[in-house]
Amino acid sequence: MRTGAEIEVLLRELAPQVLGALVRRSGDFEGSEDAVQEALLAAAGHWPREGLPDNPRGWLIQTATRKMTDRIRSEIARRRREEVAARQEPPSTDVPDSDDTLLLLFLCCHPALTPASAIALTLRAVGGLTTAEIANAFLVPETTMAQRISRGKQRITASGIPFRRPTGDEWTERLRSVLHVLYLIFNEGYASSIGDHLHRTELSAEAIRLTRAVHAMLPDDGEVGGLLALMLLTDARRPARTGPHGELIPLAEQDRTLWNRQLIVEGQRVVLDAVAHGSVGAYQLQAGIAAVHDDADRVEDTDWAQILTLYGLLERMSDNPMVTLNRAVAAAMVHGPATGLTMLDSLDATLAGHYRLDAVRAHLFDMAGDTESALTHYRSAANRTTSVPEQQYLAAQVARLSALDGVSQPE
Amino acid sequence: MPKFMLLQHYEGGAGCDVPMTEWTPEDVQAHIRFQQDLNAELIAKGELVDAQGLAGPDVAKRVTFDGKGAPVVTDGPFPESKELLAGYRLVDVESEERALEIAAQTSAAPGPDGVPIQHPIEVRQVMGAPDTDL
Repeated sequence: MRTGAEIEVLLRELAPQVLGALVRRSGDFEGSEDAVQEALLAAAGHWPREGLPDNPRGWLIQTATRKMTDRIRSEIARRRREEVAARQEPPSTDVPDSDDTLLLLFLCCHPALTPASAIALTLRAVGGLTTAEIANAFLVPETTMAQRISRGKQRITASGIPFRRPTGDEWTERLRSVLHVLYLIFNEGYASSIGDHLHRTELSAEAIRLTRAVHAMLPDDGEVGGLLALMLLTDARRPARTGPHGELIPLAEQDRTLWNRQLIVEGQRVVLDAVAHGSVGAYQLQAGIAAVHDDADRVEDTDWAQILTLYGLLERMSDNPMVTLNRAVAAAMVHGPATGLTMLDSLDATLAGHYRLDAVRAHLFDMAGDTESALTHYRSAANRTTSVPEQQYLAAQVARLSALDGVSQPE
Repeated sequence: MPKFMLLQHYEGGAGCDVPMTEWTPEDVQAHIRFQQDLNAELIAKGELVDAQGLAGPDVAKRVTFDGKGAPVVTDGPFPESKELLAGYRLVDVESEERALEIAAQTSAAPGPDGVPIQHPIEVRQVMGAPDTDL
């Protein structure tokens, strides 16, 4: 007899496969999704008591199809269109199932959806999280999250996106969209893994689980491997990222013995393997940078020259000013703070008023020994950040420099 | 997605400086319906976290405490009543631009004879998670 927890894991793995099978057959995403939710509930009720059926996936597909048929029958007078679907046989249970999970992911992350809708829909339809769990993770009421999911489903139905593997140029664009949504989910969990919202770290775990699944299905895609490696290498540092009171500890000051060695080893293996698959992509480069950081047992052992090279490659590939900001930090570590400060001047227009520009400038002035300028920019950054842990960190820098130097600055 | 608090104070706007207590019942009703419709629209868009109106300045209280004796409680209304908070909306949106758009919609709530009040709406971002260190 399986335990409830084992059954839950199995159900979450099967849910997207079952949903994919139903959508493939009926073309009705909304109806299929509702039916699969009911079938999952039924399984969660029956299986722990009665044991697993011989073919759990087949059981779920049969049950969901029956639920869907029941529902359609009751609406038949009103919605004649769906009468056709009601007569359909249950879809065959022996088509390759991982394909359906992938196609479902492509559907939920379609570029026609807003990121918020795509994230919510992916977590619900592919990740198998309940609406309440997703709402809780994003700190919004359940009704609001339910609307976000429902809008996403309507959008998919309205735009008539076909449930098939995209081809040619479309493949690249659609896959990029899938990876971006997975990246956003990871980031939401990782960024908020400090302070009061610890429960949201589940989002990172979920993003890693889904990316692993995509990686298993598309092992030859270098960017899928790049993204998975980036997540693993970043997540490995999580235990060192916060102090005992939930305060933010920057990379340079982390206790590296707390890093998760197992994740680092796996991430490094995945990124090496990804690079071996040809064309270099942005996720691979970011994973490469994370790998170099993770490779240094002490902060002073960091190979900044290599990081600088990688940021240079990344900068050529994206017009994100944050990349330039990070490259300036790497340049300062290799060539000294003056070089980094000069590079920051090019960002005054694109990042005007952004606290991170001030924070980096403060850090580099601090490195250069210009305490007065460092204080000015740390203050400015502390006043503009929208994050409490970051504000505390920046305020601590102001306090440290003021005490160190005895410099008093006007507020 | 960032969250924003849209705050509205008692001060009137360019379109109306008469307190709601002096409006006709029809105008009050139209105003309330506007607020309800806006909330329904924001829920349907998956953006509303919370929206509340606050009880008036007459029942407002201010509390100060030095941590030792008894807390000092002052009853409202206060001389600077117009600076008091009248209500708020908390929204979870894609961007600051979208929050400003909702604030603009809020500011155009109808006053007497359906004329937009043009309340100033204060837009404040809620502190959230820090950016990820790449």
